[in-house]
Amino acid sequence: MTEILLPAIYDTIVMVFFSTLFAVIIGSILGIILVLTSPKGLKENRTVYQILDAIINILRSFPFIILIVVIIPLTRTIVGRSTGTAAAIVPLTIAAAPFVARIIEASLKEVDEGVIEAAKSFGASNTQIVFKVMIKEAVPSIISGLTLTVINIIGYSAMAGSVGAGGLGDVAIRYGYQRYETDIMIVTVILLIIIVQGLQSLGNNLYKKLS
Amino acid sequence: MIEIINLSKSYNNTEVLKNVSLHIKEGEIYGIIGHSGAGKSTLLRCINGLESYDKGTIKVDGKEVEKLKGYKLREFRKELGMIFQSFNLLKRKTVFENVALPLEVWGYEEEYKKYKEECNKEGKKCISYKKYQKEKIEKRVNELLKLVGLSEKANQKSTNLSGGQKQRVAIARALALEPKILLCDEATSALDPKTTKDILQLLLKINKELGITIVVVTHQMEVVKEVCERVTLLEGGLVKAEGRAEDLFLNPGISLKKFLGDDEEELLPNEGINIRLFFPSNSSENALITKMAKELDIDFSIVWGKLEKFRENVLGSLVINLDEKDKDKVIDYLEKKNIILEVIN
Repeated sequence: MTEILLPAIYDTIVMVFFSTLFAVIIGSILGIILVLTSPKGLKENRTVYQILDAIINILRSFPFIILIVVIIPLTRTIVGRSTGTAAAIVPLTIAAAPFVARIIEASLKEVDEGVIEAAKSFGASNTQIVFKVMIKEAVPSIISGLTLTVINIIGYSAMAGSVGAGGLGDVAIRYGYQRYETDIMIVTVILLIIIVQGLQSLGNNLYKKLS
Repeated sequence: MIEIINLSKSYNNTEVLKNVSLHIKEGEIYGIIGHSGAGKSTLLRCINGLESYDKGTIKVDGKEVEKLKGYKLREFRKELGMIFQSFNLLKRKTVFENVALPLEVWGYEEEYKKYKEECNKEGKKCISYKKYQKEKIEKRVNELLKLVGLSEKANQKSTNLSGGQKQRVAIARALALEPKILLCDEATSALDPKTTKDILQLLLKINKELGITIVVVTHQMEVVKEVCERVTLLEGGLVKAEGRAEDLFLNPGISLKKFLGDDEEELLPNEGINIRLFFPSNSSENALITKMAKELDIDFSIVWGKLEKFRENVLGSLVINLDEKDKDKVIDYLEKKNIILEVIN
């Protein structure tokens, strides 16, 4: 059983790690732009805000399994193929980035407006306000949001397994479901529970420590 | 120092400031009072460009605020520190880090260039910019914390402080860039009376020792009495009264009486003549009343009175009631002594 599970765990970790990384990078940029351009934001811009807002909503309403199929051409251009672990990172990133964007947006909006006003009053630039004030103040809530993101991505990555991405989801479907090997199914599920549980506690601890 | 002429501003068709004009001199403590919604906070925010205005001009040190944009505006704001009712400190930073923030924002690049040149000339080993900045910031922050009396709290999280301590940190932060003007937006409204007094004492000290002009927006009378030299009363965006604090309070107009509330209603006797005398700041001659009684050999009774502390002076007004026949004598006597008076009935 270990020779089946170990590579699967490795695949899952690779998929989750890289798609989280990319999603956080893209999502943070989008989230910051959303906050800056939002009504009453530091650089209010209706057009940019509304377009971005719409795109994010559209991407977030796609069922993940459909998203994987829809963006196959894009995946091919980027990775060169549409199946496998590396290929799964593309739809995972695209599904998670809008989610991260919303999390960043919500966290940054929570920052007390008075603090931002104070920063303006001593002449901080918009960039400085975003990085030295807003993000600094929002770190705990960003952390708890990102914990949510990682756990979501783990769930999605199991789905990606069904279209040939490898990982624990793939093992559960192929061995556990199609070959009726219940013991493997149970072990994969337990493994996933442990991973999710571990990440959640890690996130909670970080949150407590930072806030 | 701050010259506001015919300033008007509206939000969605409601005028919040109407033709406001006032002049704030260098080195004074100026009060802007009024009920909430009177437009005083908006007026204050116009001074450092946090709010724009539609008509009129604000000149600070000769610079028209509305014309400043981008970097110019940011640089201009270095000259105006600001403190707030809700303190507005960064919750996740320590006291030290909060005070250091404006210094980090502006950095020490110019100074470092000079330092580097000199140190290269002398052929010594120079420290890096990062280290240079850190040293400079440390020195300045410690200086500021000492000024506001919070040196021993430097490494505490700002959330662990009391309201008064938070406001002290905010004051230290506002002074970090050595501003010429300090704007206070209801800075003591969230504090208890004792803490309010302490903060006001600190503001007085800053005004005296550092020569910083202070503009105070408040609805608290004790703030005005304690620190303000001159005052403007705003009501519905209009200037309703303006002048020296003691003059305004000793002889308040209708608007100010309304603002102060109805507890000032006087109960005066209907018989005889009531005369109100004002004690100006230079002659709180306590013996005036008894002297007058002795010298004129008349009797009268004190029927109303009010003595209040204005910064270092005790000022007040007394209403005396006397017989019709003594009226001229008394008025004559008081006028000779340069006492301002008012015959009430």
